[in-house]
Amino acid sequence: MGLKQNLHNFKEKNKDKKWLPGFNALFTFLYMPNETTHNGTHIKAADDLKRTMNTVIMALVPCLIFGMFNAGYQHYLAQGLIESADGFLGASFWTWDNFVIGLWKVLPLVIVSYGVGLAVEFIFAIIKGHEVEEGYLVTGMLVPLIVPVDIPLWMLAVAVVFGVVIGKEVFGGTGMNILNPALTIRAFLFFAYPTWMSGDKVWVHGAVERDQAIAAGQNLDAISGETLLGAYAQNSSLAGIDYWDMFWGLIPGSVGETSKFLIIIGALFLIFTKIGSWRIMLSTVIGALVMGLIFNGVVDAGWIGESSKFYGLMSVPFWQHLIIGSILFGAVYMATDPVTAAQTNKGKWIYGFLIGFISIMIRVFNPAYPEGVFLAILLMNVFAPTIDHYVVQGNVKKRMKRVKVKTA
Amino acid sequence: MAKDSRLILDPLADNNPITIQVLGICSALAITAELEASIVMSISVLFVLGVGNVVISLMRNIIPSKIRIIVQLIVVATLVIIVDLVLKAFAYELSKTLSVFVGLIITNCIIMGRFEAFALGNGPWRSFLDGIGNALGYGIILIIVGFFRELLGSGTLLGFPVLGDPIEKTGLYALGYENNGFMLLSPMALIVVGIIIWVQRTKNKALIED
Repeated sequence: MGLKQNLHNFKEKNKDKKWLPGFNALFTFLYMPNETTHNGTHIKAADDLKRTMNTVIMALVPCLIFGMFNAGYQHYLAQGLIESADGFLGASFWTWDNFVIGLWKVLPLVIVSYGVGLAVEFIFAIIKGHEVEEGYLVTGMLVPLIVPVDIPLWMLAVAVVFGVVIGKEVFGGTGMNILNPALTIRAFLFFAYPTWMSGDKVWVHGAVERDQAIAAGQNLDAISGETLLGAYAQNSSLAGIDYWDMFWGLIPGSVGETSKFLIIIGALFLIFTKIGSWRIMLSTVIGALVMGLIFNGVVDAGWIGESSKFYGLMSVPFWQHLIIGSILFGAVYMATDPVTAAQTNKGKWIYGFLIGFISIMIRVFNPAYPEGVFLAILLMNVFAPTIDHYVVQGNVKKRMKRVKVKTA
Repeated sequence: MAKDSRLILDPLADNNPITIQVLGICSALAITAELEASIVMSISVLFVLGVGNVVISLMRNIIPSKIRIIVQLIVVATLVIIVDLVLKAFAYELSKTLSVFVGLIITNCIIMGRFEAFALGNGPWRSFLDGIGNALGYGIILIIVGFFRELLGSGTLLGFPVLGDPIEKTGLYALGYENNGFMLLSPMALIVVGIIIWVQRTKNKALIED
């Protein structure tokens, strides 16, 4: 008897125990369940929810690993301890030292995110007496990637509890939520603890600590942890960063969203495996570019002067909006969440376009929220059912017309 | 009479104006960022609803039913103006915090609701009890919400430092808690009210409607 049979027998023996859903959740990680349906429709498909989720996680792993290296790299670079890495394969980037710092800072985020989130899921599954749902697998991976490295762990834990309970469980769990749970968690952190989620310190590990040390009277140089968006919003730019750095991701930012290169690879992987919707990704990018072009046009037409507080971000070339913030990360991993996105093909185009459009609008018009992507996606999450409704109704109307023409 | 006591007790829990009837939500979201404001608001509504219900009940047989809403409005408006002037005279700072919301007691659905549903058809004593009960039910939710929002949002209670930054400044103790700015925003008040509703209906399944 193999391990699978043993586990299955164990399951049969404890059929009416309260904790069984917890066991099942772990069991199905290893093996497909032994049950088959006996009546009704039979569909044989290897990609159940858990496989789908695992595919997305695979697409995220490169971002996570890159994020770990980048955390260490930014930490040392900001202190002037290492040379700036020249390009993606730069010698001072892929070093053991960088990785150790990154591992030390990022791994706890991953552990807290999964530990707390899954604990909440297990508790709800046991109270409600249903199987543990897999929805948290991707959320738990996304959360550490969209927060600053130095976020205190207890804040993350509070936010995860809030996001999973209020963002998902109150609506009935995975598949019923109207808001993307990972973004709910980020929104909670953003509004609850703005000093840890924005500003010019939190994005580089050590910058906040160093500030406190300086405030305590130690004679040290301050570390700047400013993101590009923050700098642009103040009409200045960061020295020594060129477009390739932004593209490869050698810039300060949330843990996993900096490397546009790896995000594009992840996007291709998701499109190839047919997990992510290319329509949403493409239309989001188009929406962002259109809004960027409009703002460039406004600047070119001379409607706003250099003294305007919007000038800095408005004059950013439209294509550059794609590589300075996290709009690509949002477009590929957040907007495409199949539960909260629009379901119809036409709806997906509208939904994605508006996400890109509104993201750049928030980015430019509200310097206090230089990263508007998560707000834009949450907003469109709310509107996605409405978009679908009108797309479906429009289709119905069109077909009704066709019927009338034939009968007439 | 046993029935009279129900007039006060029912609105406190199983027929609560905010969590069951979902009335008077606007003020519950707007002014609960501080506990003190919540308490003053509760007392104001207690006064307006208690006195108003008695007045309407006394007049119930002489009000022509066609113009009863106007009469009710005049009664509420008079009482609210009294409250407003008293607050301005004795608690000026607080009346500034409550600002327009004292005036808006006039439009608080709970008050018109009780006038219409109860005071027009019952005697003064029972109307008085009903008014007090509903105002207390409203107040208790306001105070719970205000308690959590001020405690977790500003780290104070009635202005005294308890948690987070304020208590660290006094040097008594430090818990490492950081104030949750989200608690001070209105959406969080809605979520807190939602959680109260959730807890209440989990405890008493009879309240769950489809």
